[in-house]
Amino acid sequence: MLTIQNLQSSIQGIEILKGIDLTVKPGEVHVIMGPNGSGKSTLAQTLAGREDILVTNGSVQFLGQNLLALSPEARAQAGLFLAFQYPVEIPGVSTLLFLKTALNSLRKARGEPELDALEFLNNIQEKVRQVKMDERFLQRSLNEGFSGGEKKRSEILQMLVLDPKFAILDETDSGLDIDALKVVAEGVNSLRKPDRAILVVTHYLRLLEVMVPDIVHILWDGRIIKSGDKTLARELEQRGYEWLTEKA
Amino acid sequence: MSVNSPSLTQLITSDYPHGFVTDVEENTFPPGLNEEVIRKISSEKEEPLFMLEWRLAAYRYWVTCETPQWANVQFPPIDYQSIIYYSAPKMLKKGPKNLQEVDPEILKTYQKLGISLQEQEKLSGVAVDAVFDSVSVATTFKEKLAEAGVIFCSFSEALKRYPELVQKYFGTVVPYRDNFFAALNSAVFSDGSFCYVPKGVRCPMELSTYFRINAANTGQFERTLIVAEEGSTVSYLEGCTAPIRDTNQLHAAVVELVALDNAEIKYSTVQNWYPGDKNGKGGIYNFVTKRGMCKGRNAKISWTQIETGSAITWKYPSVVLRGDHSIGEFYSVALTNHHQQADTGTKMIHLGKNTRSVILSKGLSAGQGKNTYRGLVKMAPGASFGRNYTRCDSLLLGSRAKAYTYPSIEVKNKTACVEHEASTSKIGDEQLFYCRARGIGEEAAVSMIVNGFCKDIFRKLPMEFAVEAQKLMEVSLEGCVG
Repeated sequence: MLTIQNLQSSIQGIEILKGIDLTVKPGEVHVIMGPNGSGKSTLAQTLAGREDILVTNGSVQFLGQNLLALSPEARAQAGLFLAFQYPVEIPGVSTLLFLKTALNSLRKARGEPELDALEFLNNIQEKVRQVKMDERFLQRSLNEGFSGGEKKRSEILQMLVLDPKFAILDETDSGLDIDALKVVAEGVNSLRKPDRAILVVTHYLRLLEVMVPDIVHILWDGRIIKSGDKTLARELEQRGYEWLTEKA
Repeated sequence: MSVNSPSLTQLITSDYPHGFVTDVEENTFPPGLNEEVIRKISSEKEEPLFMLEWRLAAYRYWVTCETPQWANVQFPPIDYQSIIYYSAPKMLKKGPKNLQEVDPEILKTYQKLGISLQEQEKLSGVAVDAVFDSVSVATTFKEKLAEAGVIFCSFSEALKRYPELVQKYFGTVVPYRDNFFAALNSAVFSDGSFCYVPKGVRCPMELSTYFRINAANTGQFERTLIVAEEGSTVSYLEGCTAPIRDTNQLHAAVVELVALDNAEIKYSTVQNWYPGDKNGKGGIYNFVTKRGMCKGRNAKISWTQIETGSAITWKYPSVVLRGDHSIGEFYSVALTNHHQQADTGTKMIHLGKNTRSVILSKGLSAGQGKNTYRGLVKMAPGASFGRNYTRCDSLLLGSRAKAYTYPSIEVKNKTACVEHEASTSKIGDEQLFYCRARGIGEEAAVSMIVNGFCKDIFRKLPMEFAVEAQKLMEVSLEGCVG
């Protein structure tokens, strides 16, 4: 589904990713862990197409397309989704309108008919319940005045509505209480399907207790220095990153 | 995406869609201004003597004035002797009796503007007093309004048919000594609209005036007077466009509103005068004095303006709250793109007891646009328990746009209460990236963000115009916002 080869990227002339190789197959859940500043978020945003990140080398194939040649919206339309670490506020634009606009943009790009307000409302109601939010939440301006937990739930809701083929969650679990964390984990678990893949970026293990990954990667200084199964995460928790970096 | 990306630039640089010129023969005075010109305007329009005297007094005052310099806008000195002060389509000199008599070229112009009068008349239920250059072309729905007792006609017609009414209220809200441009307007105004709603009458339809500057090098100086008698209500909308010309054209209008006891006037403007090209060449100088007087108890005056056009906008629709318990409102969206400059805001002058006012101002600056909010809230000694709430928000698009806020507050009554909030934000790359990462294209994203920013104001417009305003924002921002 996603093949990353020797991906290097920089922000304002500072090299962040120094050669990432990663292959994600349909149905898999990958976790990327690493300390602050190791390049986790940059990897997530490079894949989503953030334009102030300069790709200096490498390639990314996504479902047979050259992902790096696509605009951010074209990537979303191709089925990529990024749950933001810091979702932005858009005053005056209701969550409902935003989600409807987003979904219809994707549908239009796929040649499907756009949903009208009523169809969309029917489509979204169950998903709102799934993330344990009040429907009134949909009328609020997107992310404006949302608590940290609400912002993250909103990201999960968007993911459920947009139904991506490949979802990246950038530290969606950080700063959440245990209930919100469950909502996130359940959201991710409910998306697990044989034809979908998920990439979770985190530096906590809590999420992994409720959502079992297939593969765990350790990112350090812009490179994946170790990959393994879920036991790698456990080992990491007990021994810290030094254990790995000393070896590296 | 960066705000300097090609698509963004393209969006900003879209062409002005109303820039056509209508080819009709005009009865035009030579350029220049002196007492003789003023006498000619007055006699051409067969005005009563009091009007001529007022014009001359205004002119004699105006020649002693200097162009005010305090606004946060820059433009080269205006040569008032090079302006043509009167221009009327020739065959209309006596005024058309009905639409069939109107020059077909003019009707075509309105159709291009999307306001076919026939359609308006038959379908929309909106009465239109169309002002084409200096003469009112056709007034529709006059009869239906007359049934309700509402007078809605061109200013010239009002002067002929209701001189006492005009004389009673004209200049009572904006005296000719008010400011430089009001004095100029008072001396040379050519036409405009007059509306009178008698006691207890709710005006049965939205009233609407489309002004259009057509002839080259013509200044447009229209005059609007709306009087709402006791217990009456009226909602009035003006829309403005002008053809593209390389040189700047001056538009110095005066609008006066008078609301008596328990009367309500809602005045909405969608202003889309030609803003000049993307290098700042040409465009309308829109120097307008608009003021309402809540003369009676419980009177209410509400200004809503969507300002997207003009090279320079300089206007402060204001309310004088004289009657106790009267209410003033000002809701504004001002957008500047390319090299446009806007210095706009309001004045709320609280004189009576328990008077209340609300100011909501949204300024958007894109390209190298410059947007200034300037406002005055004044609580006079008699304004016991007066209240004002002001909120000014500025939104910047790109790194070269500018926003300024100059709020003045004068409180001379201890029981009065004035609140002011302000914010400045930027459509950042972050917001755009967020939307685009959800599959929303850049233009749609900008449009969504801008409309969200303006939503509170759009809500105040009459329903059918809210949609229009939203579209206008999209067109004006094309290429601009990202």
